[in-house]
Amino acid sequence: MGMTMAEKILARASGRDKVVPGEYVTATVDVIMGHDGTFPRAYELMKENGFNKIKHPEKMVVVADHRVPATNVAAAETHRKMREYVREQGIENFYDAGSGICHVVLPEKGHALPGRLIVGGDSHTTTYGALGAASTGIGSSELAYSMIKGELWFRVPETIKFLLKGELDKGVTPKDIQLKIAGTHSAEVAQYKAVEHTGPAATALSVDERMTLSNMGIEIGAKFSFFAADEKTLAYLKERTSEQVEPFGPDEDAAYLAVYEMDVSGLEPQVALPHNVDNVKPVGEVGEILVHQAFLGSCTNARTEDLEAAAALIKGHTVSPWTRLLVIPGSHEIFLNLTKSGAIQTFLEAGAMIGTPGCGPCGGGHMGILAPGENAVTCTNRNFKGRMGSPESFVHLASPVTVAASAIEGKITDPRKYLT
Amino acid sequence: MSIVIKGKVWKFGGHINTDYMAPSFSKELPWEEQKKTILHVHKEFVARHQPGDVIVAGDNFGCGSSRESAPTNLKRLGIGCVVAESFGRIFFRNSIAIAFPVLVCEGVSQAFLEGEELELDFAAAVVRNLSQGKELKGMPLSGDLVNIVAAGGILSLLSSQAQA
Ligand code: SF4
Repeated sequence: MGMTMAEKILARASGRDKVVPGEYVTATVDVIMGHDGTFPRAYELMKENGFNKIKHPEKMVVVADHRVPATNVAAAETHRKMREYVREQGIENFYDAGSGICHVVLPEKGHALPGRLIVGGDSHTTTYGALGAASTGIGSSELAYSMIKGELWFRVPETIKFLLKGELDKGVTPKDIQLKIAGTHSAEVAQYKAVEHTGPAATALSVDERMTLSNMGIEIGAKFSFFAADEKTLAYLKERTSEQVEPFGPDEDAAYLAVYEMDVSGLEPQVALPHNVDNVKPVGEVGEILVHQAFLGSCTNARTEDLEAAAALIKGHTVSPWTRLLVIPGSHEIFLNLTKSGAIQTFLEAGAMIGTPGCGPCGGGHMGILAPGENAVTCTNRNFKGRMGSPESFVHLASPVTVAASAIEGKITDPRKYLT
Repeated sequence: MSIVIKGKVWKFGGHINTDYMAPSFSKELPWEEQKKTILHVHKEFVARHQPGDVIVAGDNFGCGSSRESAPTNLKRLGIGCVVAESFGRIFFRNSIAIAFPVLVCEGVSQAFLEGEELELDFAAAVVRNLSQGKELKGMPLSGDLVNIVAAGGILSLLSSQAQA
């Protein structure tokens, strides 16, 4: 019997020929990611427990993204100490304020490679599965443990497969596929499991698009959320790493716990209504929902292709007078791309605000917090009560083009209307 | 190693996420203020929970973010343990890592009414409803994970090994 992607990587990283689901292994991690939200707590925990040295500083990648530029004195102090610690420990892969969101930066900078085992102090670390890496989120204590030991325990997960067929219509995006999956199968269909996305509609996706699905793997409970690394992956990585990169995928006779088939043809744009990601309806069935704030940003959907598509839709239109449109490119590189292409000018002409690359209001940090009673439509990943501000506000998740169309009309709107 | 927790039950439904246990909107408030926002979706709990109480929950408890402040805040409130139908995996790992007892136990949400007395024998994975005299078997953890909790968390375990 062959192995799934998760089994292959965990076997390799724990020095075994083969592992099977349910087994516990101790595995050497290849990359350890920390950001300004969780990394400071991790090294403080290290210090409190008498550990003063990161075992493999060269495996570390540290990003300042959650509260950048510093929101207040406390955040500024955290950043200052974090910079000192990074320097003291000799961590070279440090991306300071303005570089972008960790899950956008790591793939861009070539840290997320096929076949690697990556842990990160953030739940959306599953994103790098889009490039064929086994990557998953951990908390600060386990982050500290990995920094001290260079390894961590894992339960080898069962793998489920999403077999995606058909072709997406114009104006319908991978975000809509993911919301539909959550809506159909629930927010815990992949609990404790690895996901592999396969089938013609999966291979047809670009690397940017694959990252949207892998990013939201955690929203359905997944530990890892893979795409096989193919020619597109290699082409994406060509300019980004000097390391030798090979295609990587599951064995043909690997065993899956379940296979879910989905035909994406004819799928409508989807919206997750408050306050759970699996509370999903097609955009045509949500009724009239006025939008106070539309947000284009986050590690889910603020990549070049996402924001170019939103800009193309909004070009020549203006944002509704009672709606605020906030655009935060996922990284410095993306910001530059959008500047060169004219997309930034398009957003500004439409009346949008543009923010510094980083998380912005996605996790309720800053730069666009919601007041009680306000509705937001956003291309982020979570609509938990109070996620982006007041617990009495309402977050609706949708694709970047749905967000753009909704900003124009001041209410949740089917983007296809603007794309004929 | 025996770890036994006893307490009065607060009940929660499914999909209680980590944002509810460590909300962004109250993160920077003093602890006394922050306390009043923890698990804000259950108003009675917020108003009346006491140190030593325990939580019984439905599916996917602790889904969402990797913030370790979620189990840490519950611990800080004095909550003794969480027994749920299932957990978000990062919350589950974080809880073990900080020595906060959590147990997966199918059927637990039907087996308790709010306010009843629960007893958890953590290492044995046995849950008792002392008010009704019923016993349920949860999903046992591997010995290594029970040891982490017994040692006071994954870093305490590591530092005691380093000193040994
Ligand atoms: S963009 Fe949002 S989901 Fe992504 S890492 Fe930042 S806060 Fe988390």
